[in-house]
Amino acid sequence: MNILVCIKQVPDMESKFKVAANGTWYDNQDLAWRMNEYDEYAVEQAVQLKEQVKDADLTVLCIGSDKVKETMKKALAMGCDRGAHIDDADSWAKEPFEIAGIISEYAKDKSFDVIFTGMQSQDRGSGQVGVLVAEMLGIASVSTIVDFAFDDGTIKAKRELEGGIKANVTVQVPALVTCQLGLNTPRYPTLPNIMKAKKKELLTIPVADVLKVDARMETSAMYFPEKKGGGLVLEGEAGDLADKLISILKEKTSVLK
Amino acid sequence: MKIVLIAEYRDGQMLSGYTELLGFAETMGAETVMFVAGSDAVLPAYDGKLYLADAAVCGEYNPDLHKQMILDVVAKEQPDMVAFCHSSYGWDLAPRVAFGMKAAQVSEVVEVKDGAMVAPACNSKLRRTVTCKTGQTVVTLQAGAFAPVEGGGTPEVEKIAVDGQGRVVFEGYEEAEAGGVDLSKAEVIVSAGRGIGKPENVAMISALAKALGGEYGASRPVVDSEWVEHNRQVGTTGQTVAPKLYLACGISGAIQHLAGMKKSEFVVAVNTDKDAPIGEVADVLIVADLLQFVPALTEKVQAL
Ligand SMILES: Cc1cc2nc3c(=O)[nH]c(=O)nc-3n(C[C@H](O)[C@H](O)[C@H](O)COP(=O)(O)OP(=O)(O)OC[C@H]3O[C@@H](n4cnc5c(N)ncnc54)[C@H](O)[C@@H]3O)c2cc1C
Repeated sequence: MNILVCIKQVPDMESKFKVAANGTWYDNQDLAWRMNEYDEYAVEQAVQLKEQVKDADLTVLCIGSDKVKETMKKALAMGCDRGAHIDDADSWAKEPFEIAGIISEYAKDKSFDVIFTGMQSQDRGSGQVGVLVAEMLGIASVSTIVDFAFDDGTIKAKRELEGGIKANVTVQVPALVTCQLGLNTPRYPTLPNIMKAKKKELLTIPVADVLKVDARMETSAMYFPEKKGGGLVLEGEAGDLADKLISILKEKTSVLK
Repeated sequence: MKIVLIAEYRDGQMLSGYTELLGFAETMGAETVMFVAGSDAVLPAYDGKLYLADAAVCGEYNPDLHKQMILDVVAKEQPDMVAFCHSSYGWDLAPRVAFGMKAAQVSEVVEVKDGAMVAPACNSKLRRTVTCKTGQTVVTLQAGAFAPVEGGGTPEVEKIAVDGQGRVVFEGYEEAEAGGVDLSKAEVIVSAGRGIGKPENVAMISALAKALGGEYGASRPVVDSEWVEHNRQVGTTGQTVAPKLYLACGISGAIQHLAGMKKSEFVVAVNTDKDAPIGEVADVLIVADLLQFVPALTEKVQAL
């Protein structure tokens, strides 16, 4: 079985963001980078599938500058067999259609049986890439899965809907699934596996070789939302803050009366 | 300008999101038609043309068939835009439809500014304005971003259908487990976010909730990590709550969490990050380490 998992490197969301000088994206400097949270679930599920079917080959794909290799190594240490790094220092500016175009161009002649992606990235948050890759490859896709089982060519998945409701679906491979938080418990790479990962193949492909589509939109400005104001901001020592909050609650609410 | 609005129907019910699509269309000053895979037993209150597919035949959830029917409507109506709710239905279907239309798609639109779509980035910490290069566009709208407009009236229904099976087979719905706490009735809710750091600290949150005579809730990562049971999750995929006091401890304020607690009367947030988006909805933002602040507050409340 041939499996692909697509990951993205994103800043830690607790970072202090700054808008870049070009005004159309956040500043890439001084940020802590990590694997997109949704993709961690995708990698874990891909590795579990590989372990289940035994005879499988699992590729992890990531688009970005050299820096993303760090994140790819984590995926290799979690159990992916090989890495495909699409070298693109400008990947941050690419919109979902271009990213999906790159992935599908890479995947089109490799007959992947199952492709895993996260349901969205934490930074851009468009939630389009996975489904678009499937459309481009002409295979079926299921988004936002919170449960995955595979048996004899059939994927059984649960899609998460709103308000705690789930939809049970089945689909034959080849298929793509996009992974939601809580799908599984992503493993921590062990030290021996981190060592082994260093020896795994990590092929670099220049983006120009696989970018065959044109952008359909662009981010023309990025900015911080206007503070609506009104809210009181309190800082200081914990005990004093507690006293202040208690008097506010007594004044403004009925809960302490 | 003309927009095809994609309404949603689930398990015998029209979902109310279409009223926000109507609100959006009004903002855009657009002419509209609507599509829904549903039933003529429950129609949206909409005084316009409705393309109605029979959900019993074509499936309530059938991406291949729904995509094809929407593309047929698009071919017929030649709209400038197709608008979905940013929901499990919308974000699944919109990229498929956009692909078929060769159109750009903007996801999770929160605002229209000088005709351009604005979407959040980085967990709502930032906003971005998006410019489309295609003639037609597809958008999904963030829940609650556009004030609902009650359509009123009865639609002029045109029934549509499509042949085929679809590759994704829907096997049925699964309801959330019932039982346990009912957060929707609690007057005070103290919620734990990922900022609590480790499962042992749930006790600190529940102690404060108890001192305040309320219940404790949680954000999704806390539930996904199995530190707290699912029926305490507040948000889009959890519970919608409306307490007199909502105290969010170590919660960043992602839109999916806010969607569940926005109706709270008074919101207090405890966060080490002064810029956390929860600050936008909080009446009081306590910039502090919850590990110090929460026990201090609990002690003082107990002493009252
Ligand atoms: C389709 C979909 C549905 C979703 N449904 C839901 C839902 O129903 N409910 C939900 O909650 N989420 C939901 N989410 C997830 C949501 O997008 C966020 O990931 C989630 O709400 C973040 O939870 P959090 O705020 O606890 O964690 P984080 O975003 O990680 O925030 C942690 C916060 O804690 C603060 N902090 C850290 N340490 C401390 C400390 N010692 N003291 C004080 N503050 C501290 C940090 O500054 C940060 O602001 C959904 C996502 C998707 C895509």
